[in-house]
Amino acid sequence: MKNKKLHSISLVPATKIIIMSGYGLNCEEETKFAFESVGGMADIVHINDLIKEPRALSQYQILVFPGGFSYGDDTGSGKAYANKFKNHLTKELKEFLARDTLTIGICNGFQIITNLGILPGALTYNKNGKYIDRWVDLTVPASLQASPWLRGIKKISLPIAHGEGHYVIDSKKYKELKRNKPARTTAQLGGQIAFQYTKGEICDFQNLEKNPNGSDYDIAGILAYNGRVLGMMPHPERAMFSHQSPMWQMNKKGSKEGKGLQIFRNAIEYFTR
Amino acid sequence: MISRIYVILRNGASRMDSYLIDSKLTRKDIVKLAEMLTNPILEKYFIDESPKVGNFSFAIEVGFLPGVTDNVGHTVKETALDLLHLDKSENFNVYSSRIFLVKKSKVEAEKFALTLYNPLIERVFIAPIKNPARNATYNVAGEGQINLPTKIPKVILKKRRPVRDVSLDVPNEELIRIGKEGIMDEDGKRRGPLALDLSSMLTIKKYFAKLKRNPTDIELESLAQTWSEHCKHTIFANPIDNIKDGNIVDGLYKTYIKGATNLIRKEKQKKGEDFCISVFEDNSGGIIFDKDYLITHKVETHNSPSALDPFGGAITGIGGVNRDTIGFGLGAKPVANTYGFCFGYPEDKRNFFRDKNLTQPMLPSKRIMEGVIKGINVGGNCSGIPTLSGFVKFDDRYRGKPLVFAGTVGLIPRNLPASGGSRERLSHIKKAKIGDLIVVVGGRVGLDGIHGATFSSVMMDAGSPATAVQIGDPITQKKLSDAIVKEARDMNLYNSITDNGAGGLSCSVAEMAKEVCLPAGRQGGAKVCLEKVPLKYPGLRPWEIWISESQERMTLSVPKKKWLTFQKLMASRGVEATAIGEFTNSKKCIVNYKGKEIMNLDMEFLHNGLPKQQLVTLPYFHTNFEPKIPKNLSQTKVLEKLLGNINISGFAFISEQYDHEVQASSVLKPLSGRGRINTDAQVFKPVLSSNKGVVLSYGVYPSYGDINTYHMVACALDTALRNIISAGGTLSHLAILDNFCWCSSYDERRLRELVDSVKACYDYAVGYGTPFISGKDSMFNDFKGYDENGNSVVISIPPTLLISAISVMPDLNKTVSPEFKNAGDIIYLLGETNDELGGGEYYKMLAKKEGNNNIGNNVPKVDWKKNLKTYIALEKAIQKELLTSSLSVTGGGLGIALAKACVGGMLGCKISINEINGSKASVLSIDAKLFSESQGRVLVSVLLKNKSAFEKIMKDIPHAKLGTVSKDGKVVIMEGKRKIVESSVKKLHDIYHKFSNKMQ
Repeated sequence: MKNKKLHSISLVPATKIIIMSGYGLNCEEETKFAFESVGGMADIVHINDLIKEPRALSQYQILVFPGGFSYGDDTGSGKAYANKFKNHLTKELKEFLARDTLTIGICNGFQIITNLGILPGALTYNKNGKYIDRWVDLTVPASLQASPWLRGIKKISLPIAHGEGHYVIDSKKYKELKRNKPARTTAQLGGQIAFQYTKGEICDFQNLEKNPNGSDYDIAGILAYNGRVLGMMPHPERAMFSHQSPMWQMNKKGSKEGKGLQIFRNAIEYFTR
Repeated sequence: MISRIYVILRNGASRMDSYLIDSKLTRKDIVKLAEMLTNPILEKYFIDESPKVGNFSFAIEVGFLPGVTDNVGHTVKETALDLLHLDKSENFNVYSSRIFLVKKSKVEAEKFALTLYNPLIERVFIAPIKNPARNATYNVAGEGQINLPTKIPKVILKKRRPVRDVSLDVPNEELIRIGKEGIMDEDGKRRGPLALDLSSMLTIKKYFAKLKRNPTDIELESLAQTWSEHCKHTIFANPIDNIKDGNIVDGLYKTYIKGATNLIRKEKQKKGEDFCISVFEDNSGGIIFDKDYLITHKVETHNSPSALDPFGGAITGIGGVNRDTIGFGLGAKPVANTYGFCFGYPEDKRNFFRDKNLTQPMLPSKRIMEGVIKGINVGGNCSGIPTLSGFVKFDDRYRGKPLVFAGTVGLIPRNLPASGGSRERLSHIKKAKIGDLIVVVGGRVGLDGIHGATFSSVMMDAGSPATAVQIGDPITQKKLSDAIVKEARDMNLYNSITDNGAGGLSCSVAEMAKEVCLPAGRQGGAKVCLEKVPLKYPGLRPWEIWISESQERMTLSVPKKKWLTFQKLMASRGVEATAIGEFTNSKKCIVNYKGKEIMNLDMEFLHNGLPKQQLVTLPYFHTNFEPKIPKNLSQTKVLEKLLGNINISGFAFISEQYDHEVQASSVLKPLSGRGRINTDAQVFKPVLSSNKGVVLSYGVYPSYGDINTYHMVACALDTALRNIISAGGTLSHLAILDNFCWCSSYDERRLRELVDSVKACYDYAVGYGTPFISGKDSMFNDFKGYDENGNSVVISIPPTLLISAISVMPDLNKTVSPEFKNAGDIIYLLGETNDELGGGEYYKMLAKKEGNNNIGNNVPKVDWKKNLKTYIALEKAIQKELLTSSLSVTGGGLGIALAKACVGGMLGCKISINEINGSKASVLSIDAKLFSESQGRVLVSVLLKNKSAFEKIMKDIPHAKLGTVSKDGKVVIMEGKRKIVESSVKKLHDIYHKFSNKMQ
């Protein structure tokens, strides 16, 4: 198995992260770098290797579906990879989610986990039909600012890069999402809205519209499983250094760390704190 | 049995997907498959029944022609095999198509269909939508039903003799015809050009006469590939005469390009500063990044394919140059893509045809542009490679053939782990060993890219022309790339690797065989069993398999004892790998087919048999009229008009549809500042744990060549360097690449222009000490066809040279972006301004308005000695972090540079142009001061507190204090007490983005 090496033994075992790869996923290396720069230990594992040894999933605390272009988005983004995962790993996924674990799907990973059915809603073509790479501003609802992935984050600016980021949900389901409180959610697909597109400092800076893909109710990310499963279109790993921000040139003096890293740090701290 | 699954959006869109399934699956399994293809929240499916689509009149189905890569079909097949646990060998195929629903009359629908498909690669079927309740017309509400035929585009090839001998014992006229039109097939048709001239044909005839036998068709085809201009670069390799300097015996490439690099390296070695590691000898050029890594760069062109099928041409262009990276050394990882487009004007409505009967129309200019842009989009985005750096230029003369440049930067550790852990291997060194297996990995072989191949199918009439065009399959290549570069390479599973590009296996195998590891003076060889090559469909003849340019394939040499491990690894990554032969010490390239030897050529003859030819040049003169400058011209209006010129204005619509942030490496992006101006140089961080940055840029000035190609090249080179230094790059750690795109290259005058331009490459590369590390040429960019009235037309591109530059900067935190940042900052212009408006954007605009070619003669000239001092001082100022902005002055001159810096920062400026430097600055016209494109100039802004430190560094450099950045958004340029330009940044912003917004 790739990158599966013995890590040095310390008194506090590091949080173990499995990052899926293969068939056109492509953000696994920078996502690994992000997790490891806040103290995690990440293995990049090809889906075929996990299919061969499905029980390996039980060694991990965090499961990551990174960004990419699995199967070239053929037949619809995330669909084919999700089907492959479902065909072989449904039982193991269920067991993983039943434990006190965290899961994240970023961009194509978000598309995959909605197709897996562990998050409500679906993602389809951007409203103007075009792929777009730019930064967006996001808000986190106050009720979720203590949830595992989002602790302490009220608002954040991150880049998006996708052709199918338009989040679709019907009004009934949307009302449920709004009503759901993380602590009381028992229904696995309950879910809450994690991120909404808003007009913040990036949109003000470059005079951009807030919701470039036409997502229903401005939704950019969703939580479920008591806040343990997060799906999001924006890429926090592309905001782990301050120089990645379009506003960096205006003020190069501040911290070298980018705002996106907090999401990864939250995940590690969920297990270590 | 054939079933059709329709997948349709629930919200009643006018588009749906269709999948024709050719299988023995049960209905239950087909339902399972349909469920897999459908996201129930968004879509619903119909199997073998016409979906009810509502109020439409016609359905237009667009699918692929037989044999054209169907990526979606492949994905469905692959996931279906997994879902239904089917065996790979099962007779099971999927053909995808898209269906568009329209509310139009039949005639309108047919016209609309022409905008949806490309007849060279796609088929279209237009079916009326039936309405059982009433006769459906598009204004009658109803539940329309589609009725499409279930015929599949399967390739069926006629059985033909696999191999034939070709007699060369024929008159010279016939030899010429074979060379020009190809070998004659059984049916009397010629196979398509071998592009071998008479002297080459006679050389081949002599070779086989000595062997006392005829060549086989595969031997002739193989020689034609290896000896082609594309592979041998004969124009750059052959001796070429030149009245001034006498005969350039070693040819242009060795004398001037490689000659420059050798000289520069020698100088740098003396100082211990040579950073070149592998130049001109591999698929890409490789230089040092730091003590642990090399970076590589390569830029390719894909012009002809992009003219025929813009999307396919561009995507296979970027895919091909990605493989030049994967094929560098033992395999570099692609870390950035670059692009460059030269198009006809998108509003050009002229129609051209390839044939006299006007049945083969050229695609419209705008469609070529859109297709090419999309091809680079899909190629880069799907592969997870950031598309960072690029440009788009327009000229009427690119209407016949667009230029499509595609480049890739790679990253590779300098040392790779050796198995057993004893000794490390240098990553850029590779050699096949005798006895190694010849292994092909990746895609399968079809008739793609074979000259004029024809095949028939169940859907089409016998003899219908098939596709010579190819579609890329980025995911097949991504799987291959990951498996090689991220796994097999570090496991030491192969000794050598190269790309299958032009010439397919015939070139990759012969190249690797040439380099087989042997004692000096001895030559390697190869033995191939062609029937082992995996095919897309049966019926290909051996010569077709041997030279096919099917995409997404690499050739490797794998030691026999590592083959099983290698094969197993590839299988587990969904990558097909097949051993097709082995490398030998026979000095021969031998090909067998089903046990019979069908090719046996001496390696020496194959590689070195091509006769040298003396090229001859003639002097040329370009004298243009000076343009008439309209009286009482408002400079404000000129400036605003120039800024809106699509050769100058922004192209955010391209930059933002390319993922430039994947790999989390972005530092200076393609778009910068509040006003999102396009940057001329981009910075990225290829190693996440290192603070070193890589800077990319380019220079290209086709219109200067209308005056003088020597100065055209000097300016392109100077601009590429200047852009890089302006962003924070390092001149002493900067390498360049040349891409020549020429026209009518057998024209002696064009050749002389080429000689001049290559000399400029030498003079300026040596002057600046920036070595060439890789290059490519495309010498025949001429379109010969017919206009709407059947008159013959020739459109040749202007001679175009692209210089690409790559540099390493020690600390990426020093990066400076081009836009103004703060009100109150002081604005300086570095460098000298001369009356050099000739061939520039301002004169071109005047000429276009007048409808003439009066672009003047004062083309910008480059004084590298002066500029070198400026650049070194600029580098120092940036290292000391004294600049808040830095913008290289290029097309449109100082006026445009100021406008861009203002728009980028959404700030105004108050400027005086009195103090501008230059030997004749005192007599310069206002137009020249504002719009002259003199090289070596940079527009910078400096915080007030850094003023004296900055001026101290610039003490001996021509620098003019122009004025200050202002908050009020007014853009004011004064000469003395006279206001010559008065505009607002808001207005300029709208003008700058107008073209891009229109293209959204």
